[in-house]
Amino acid sequence: MISQIFILSSKGDHLIYKDFRGESGGDAVGVFYEKVTALTGDQPPVVMSHKGLHFVHVRQGGLYWVATTTADSSPFTIIEFLNRLSALVKDYCGSLSEKSVQMNFALIYELLDEAVDYGYIQTTSSDVLKNFIQTEAVSSRPFSLFDLSNVGLFGAETQQSKVAPSSAATRPIQSSREQGGKSEIFVDVIERMSVVIGSNGMLMKADVEGEIRVKCYLPNCSEMRIGLNEEFSIGKSQLRGYGAAVRVDEVSFHQMVRLDEFDSHRILRLCPSQGEQMVMQYQLSDDLPSAPPFRLFPTIERDSGGRLLMYLKLRCDLPPKSLSQELSSPDQSAELKPQSRAVVWKIPRFTGGMQLSALFKLEVPGLSSASLLEVGPVGLSFELPKLTATGLQIRFLRLSPVQPGPSQRWVRYVTHSDSYTIRI
Amino acid sequence: MPYLGGEETVRELRRALSNPNVQSDQLRYRNTILKVIRAMSQGVDMSGLFSEMVKACATVDVVQKKLVYVFLCSYAALNPELSLLVINTLRKDCQDPNPMVRSLALRNMTNLRLPSLVEYVEQPLAAGLRDRAACVRRVAVLGWAKLHNLQASSEIDAAVVNELYSLLRDPDPVVMVNCLRALEEILKDEGGVAINKPITHHLLNRLKECDIWGQCQVLRVLQRYRPQSEDELFDILSLLDASLVSPHPPIMAATLSLFLSLCSGQPAVSLAALERVRGPLLAACGSGSREMRFTALCHIQLLLRSIPGLMGAHYKRFFCGYAEPAYIKQRKMQVLVELVNDENVAMLLDELKGYCTDVNAETAQAAITAIGRIGRSYSDRCLEILTGLLGLKQDHITSAVVQTMRDLVWVCPQCSDTVCFALEGCEETLQDSQGRQALLWLLGVYGERVSSAPYTLEVFIDGVRSEASLGVKMELLTATMRLFLCRPAETQDMLGRLLHYCIEEETDMCVRDQALLYYRLLHCGIEETRKVLQGRRSDPSLGVLIGRPAEPVSQWARSFNTLEPLRQGSIETESVSRGSPEHTMFDPKPNADLSNTLDCSRIEKVHSDGDGRCSDSSADILASSVAAPLSLSLFPALSPEEFERLWLQQLALHAEQGNEMEKGYIVNNTSQRFSLSRSFPFIGQDLWLTRARRPAEKDEEAGKEDFVWMEECVRCPTIPRCSPQSLQAAMQLVNIQTLAFTPPQTLPWRVYLYTHTCLDDAPHSTLILGELLYTGEEPQKAEVHKGSADGGVGAEGIEDEQARQGMEATADGGQEAVKVTLRQQPRDDKALKGFLSILTTVLHTLSSERA
Repeated sequence: MISQIFILSSKGDHLIYKDFRGESGGDAVGVFYEKVTALTGDQPPVVMSHKGLHFVHVRQGGLYWVATTTADSSPFTIIEFLNRLSALVKDYCGSLSEKSVQMNFALIYELLDEAVDYGYIQTTSSDVLKNFIQTEAVSSRPFSLFDLSNVGLFGAETQQSKVAPSSAATRPIQSSREQGGKSEIFVDVIERMSVVIGSNGMLMKADVEGEIRVKCYLPNCSEMRIGLNEEFSIGKSQLRGYGAAVRVDEVSFHQMVRLDEFDSHRILRLCPSQGEQMVMQYQLSDDLPSAPPFRLFPTIERDSGGRLLMYLKLRCDLPPKSLSQELSSPDQSAELKPQSRAVVWKIPRFTGGMQLSALFKLEVPGLSSASLLEVGPVGLSFELPKLTATGLQIRFLRLSPVQPGPSQRWVRYVTHSDSYTIRI
Repeated sequence: MPYLGGEETVRELRRALSNPNVQSDQLRYRNTILKVIRAMSQGVDMSGLFSEMVKACATVDVVQKKLVYVFLCSYAALNPELSLLVINTLRKDCQDPNPMVRSLALRNMTNLRLPSLVEYVEQPLAAGLRDRAACVRRVAVLGWAKLHNLQASSEIDAAVVNELYSLLRDPDPVVMVNCLRALEEILKDEGGVAINKPITHHLLNRLKECDIWGQCQVLRVLQRYRPQSEDELFDILSLLDASLVSPHPPIMAATLSLFLSLCSGQPAVSLAALERVRGPLLAACGSGSREMRFTALCHIQLLLRSIPGLMGAHYKRFFCGYAEPAYIKQRKMQVLVELVNDENVAMLLDELKGYCTDVNAETAQAAITAIGRIGRSYSDRCLEILTGLLGLKQDHITSAVVQTMRDLVWVCPQCSDTVCFALEGCEETLQDSQGRQALLWLLGVYGERVSSAPYTLEVFIDGVRSEASLGVKMELLTATMRLFLCRPAETQDMLGRLLHYCIEEETDMCVRDQALLYYRLLHCGIEETRKVLQGRRSDPSLGVLIGRPAEPVSQWARSFNTLEPLRQGSIETESVSRGSPEHTMFDPKPNADLSNTLDCSRIEKVHSDGDGRCSDSSADILASSVAAPLSLSLFPALSPEEFERLWLQQLALHAEQGNEMEKGYIVNNTSQRFSLSRSFPFIGQDLWLTRARRPAEKDEEAGKEDFVWMEECVRCPTIPRCSPQSLQAAMQLVNIQTLAFTPPQTLPWRVYLYTHTCLDDAPHSTLILGELLYTGEEPQKAEVHKGSADGGVGAEGIEDEQARQGMEATADGGQEAVKVTLRQQPRDDKALKGFLSILTTVLHTLSSERA
C-alpha cells in the first residue's frame, strides 16, 4: 500500500506530488529531501524512515522516484512499481529527464491517477492505460542537424537511413496515433557483462545478464514471432546441434510469451503491447563462449624522480571488421579525477584487434614502494554494438498480420559492461 | 517551499480564468488550468482560485476535467462549503454514458475526503457497484473503503459488505482484488476479510488471471489461511510452485512469504522452499535496477540465517561491481563472509583484498572487517593479508586493520604472536581515536611480547595533554597499568607521570576517577592489582566462537518481504565491537529448543552437590544401564590447548601412517568453524583399527601412559542439525564440557568434548576426551571397535564383530549415525561404558526432541 508518490529532481525541486490516502502529514517531501542530502556516502540507502513514515526510493533518469508506505509492505513490490512507473513515464513522454517530466506533468498525473487508486496499484500495463490517457505528450527533443543528415541530396536515401538512429526509440508511444508516426518495432538484445580478470590475466569471474526487449510502436499487431539461434541451449546438460552452441544457464520469459514452438524451433510467439516490454531474460555464469573482449597489460613502476609511471596496453580481442577505419584514435582524452583518485582514460572508438597504449606519469606526494600495491584495479566501461557476449542472435522477426503501409522492423544488439574489472 | 511572487501569479491566473474570452476558447482555457496545476505542484498556494476552478469543472473536455479534479482534491479540505458545488457536477457525470467519465467522477467524488459529502456519495457508489463497465466497478469498490476510513464511526451497511463479498466472483480480476483490499480495510476491526476454504480456493484458481500486483495482494491475504488437512496444504503448495520461481521478484517474494506462513509447522518444507527460490533471488541480485539488487541482497541475508550454505557455490555472484554504490558493496561483503568455505576461501580473500584499497574509506574498512571475520576460521591467510595492508601506511586502512586485529585476537588468541609482531611501528600512521584505542588495548594485554611497547606508550603519555579523545585516555590508563604489571622497571616512571597528570590536571571526571581507582588499587598491593587488571585475554563465551548457528526459519519469516531487512544490517556492521572487546556484552541466547526432559532443576542438584559432581540419582536416570554409580565432573578444567595436546599426543606416535598432523588445529577450531582441509585425516576405518591397538602395545612397552581408545556409532539423525547452544547446555547438565563445534548443517560435523569420571568404588578418577563426528554418509561397515589396552580381543574377533555390525547397519537401512570416538586416561572400562551410555542418552533425548 502506497500512501504518497512524488518525483523530485536531483536538486530537490518538486516535480510531481500525489497523496493517495491523505493520512500522512504535508511535508513528507521536505523531510525526504533533508534525509537524502544529509547522508554521507555516494548514494543513500533505498529505505529511510522518519516518525512512522517510510520512504522507498529509486533513482531513474537523475530523478528521485519516491513512495511513502507502511513498514509491512513489500519492498519488492514497491521498488518494482517505481521502476515500472518510470518506464511508463518514459514510454509516454519519450525520454526520462527533469525537463520531460516537467513538460508532461499533466500526463504523469493522469497516469498516476489511473495506475494507483487509494494507494493500491491498479494496473501498469500500457495496453490498458492507453484507453484512459487523454493528454498528448509534449516531446522535448530539440531540433538537431543530425535529423537532416539522414536525407541525402535531393531526398535520396543515404547509407545512414538504413541504420536506425539511436534516438529512434526515444519517442512517446502515443504520438504514433495522430501524428502519423512511423509504425516501427524494435527488438533489442541487451547484455550486461560483469567480469573480473585477476592480476595474472586469469579470468576469475564472468557473468552475463541478458534480456530481449521489444519496443513496439505498431498500432495493431496481433502476433509476432521471434526466432532465436537454432543451437540455443539452456543449462549445462542440454546441447543442440554440432555447431558452436549458444548456451545460457537460466532463462525466464514474460508471461505473455507463448512457448509452444520454443522447444522445437526456438521461436518465441507473443502479442506485443505498445511501449517497451521485457520478453526474455537470461543469464550465463563463468563459461563465456569466447575470450573476454578486452585485455590489459599494465606496468606500474616508480621512476627516478619519484613519479608514478603507469604504462597501460589495452587490446581488444574481438574479430576485426572488414572495414577497419581509424587505427589511432586522435580524439582520446585522459583526465585525473582528484576526488575519486582515479585517472579516466576515454577512448571514443575501439575496433576489434586493435591495441592502444598509454603512459601516465603521476606526481604523488610521499610515494613509497608500498604505494604501488595500492594502484588498481582498472575498471572498464564500454558499449559493444552489434555484438552479444553469449552469441545469441535473432534469426528472424515476423509480424502477422502483415502490416499495412510502411512498417519498419529493427533488431539491435548491444553489450554493456556492468562491471569489467581488471586487477593489477 | 513557496515561490516568490506567488501572490502575483495567483492574481494573474484568476484574471485569466474569469475572462470570458478564455473560457470560450477551449485550448486557452485548458492551458490556463495547466498553469494553475503546474504552480500547485511546485508548491505555490493556489487555494484562492477554488471557486474559479469549480466553474471550470463543468466542461465536456475530459482532459480539462481531469486537471480540475487534481486541483479540487488537493484543496477540498480547505473549502468544504464551496466543494458542495462540485458535487452536483460530479453526480451528473456519474450518469454519463461514457464509462470513463463515470469512473472519473466516482473516483474524485470519494477523493475529496469531506465527511460532509458522505450522504451525497453513498447512492452513486452503490450504483457503481452494479455498473456494467469494469472500470467503474473497480473505482466503486475502493470507494467504499475510502468512505469507511473517512467516517470510521459510521457503520457500513451489512448489505454493502455482502455485496463486496459477492463481487469477489466478478469476471474482472482487478475488481476481485479491489474487493479484497476494500474488505480488508472495512473489516479491519474483525481481523480483515474472512479467508475460508471456498474463498481461498476461488482466489487460488483465479490467481493466474491477475497481473503482478493483483497476485501479490492475493498471496498476501492468503497468508491468514490455515489449511484443514495436510493433503490440502500440499495441494496448495503444488499449485503455487510456479509462482515461487516466477521471474518477477514481487511474486516470488510474496509466494515465499505465503509458503513460510503455511508451512510454519513443517520446517523441512520451508527449507525446501528456500532452496527453490535460490535461482530467482540470485537473478534479482543481478537485476538492472540497483534498488532491486539491494532488496534481493538483504533478503538473501535473511535466508542465509537459516541455511548458511545456501549460496556457497554461487559466491562469485556477490563480487562487487566497480561502479556499484557503497551500500551495495558493503552488503555484498557481508554476504561473502557468510559464504566462505574451503574451496572458495582463496578466491574470496583475493577478491576482498582488492576492495581494501577502495577509494571510499567506508568500503575499505568494511572489506578489512570482513577479512577479520573470515580470519576467525582461516587465521593464517587473513593475518597475512592484514599484515600486508599495514605496509601501505594509509591512516584509515591502518586504523581498520588494528581494530580488526584486536577483535580477532579476542576470539582467536592463537593469532597473538603474529599480531604482536605486526604492531611494531604502526602507531605512526594511526590518526583516529578508534584505531589508537585498539592499539593501546593490544599493547596493554600483550605488552610483554611487544618489545617496543613501553616506548610507544611513552609517546602517548607525553602527548596526553593534547589528547582530545576521552576513550583514548581511559584506554591509555588501563594499558599502562597492565604493562606495569608485566614490565615494571620500564613502565614505573611513566605510569607515575600519567597518574599524576590524570589526578591533578585532568578535568574530565571519568578519566580522573579511573586514575584515582588505579592509584588506590596500587596501594592495596601488586597481587590485588593483578587480580583486577589481568582478566581474560580472549572471549570466554562459546556463543560467539562457533560462528553463526542456523536459526529456525520462524525467527525471520515474519519480516520477510517487509521493509525490515532493508533497514537492519547497516547497524550490524556498526556493532562489530567498538571499544575494548571485554566491555562488549554478550547476551546468552535462550535455549528455546532445549529438551524439557533435561530440566534445569537438575543443574541445581549438580551444583549443590559440591564441586559440580553429578549426583548418583541423576546419572541413574540418564544412564540406567550402568550398574555402578558413576559421577561425571568438569574439574579440574581442561583448556583447549591441553585438550589438543592430549588428543594429538597419541596420534602423533603414528605419524608413520602418512597422516600429516597439522599442529594447532584444535585451537583454531575451538574458536571458529572448522576448516575441512585441516580436518582429521584418518576418518577411514582401516586406519582407525591399527591405531586403536597400537598405542596399547606401545603402552605395554613403555608403561608410561595408561589409556584406551574407543569408537561407537550412535543413531541420532537430527543431532547435527541441532543448535550448538542447546547441545552445549544439554551436555553441561550432565557435566560434559563441549570445547569446539562445527556450525550446524556443515559436513563433516564435529564436536569435541571432555569430562572426568569417577566411579564410587574406583580409587581414582579418569579423564575422557571425545569427538562426535557426522560425515553425512551412510554408516560405514565398521560400527563398533574397541581396542583395549591388554589386547584381549584379537584382531580377528574385531573383524568378525565388525562384519556382523555392518550387516545390521545395512539391514537397518541408511539411518544416519554419529560416530563417537573416545579416549580415556587412565583406562577404566566400566567407567567408559558408563560414560558412553550417558552420552548416548543425552544424544537420543536431544534427537527425539528435534524430531
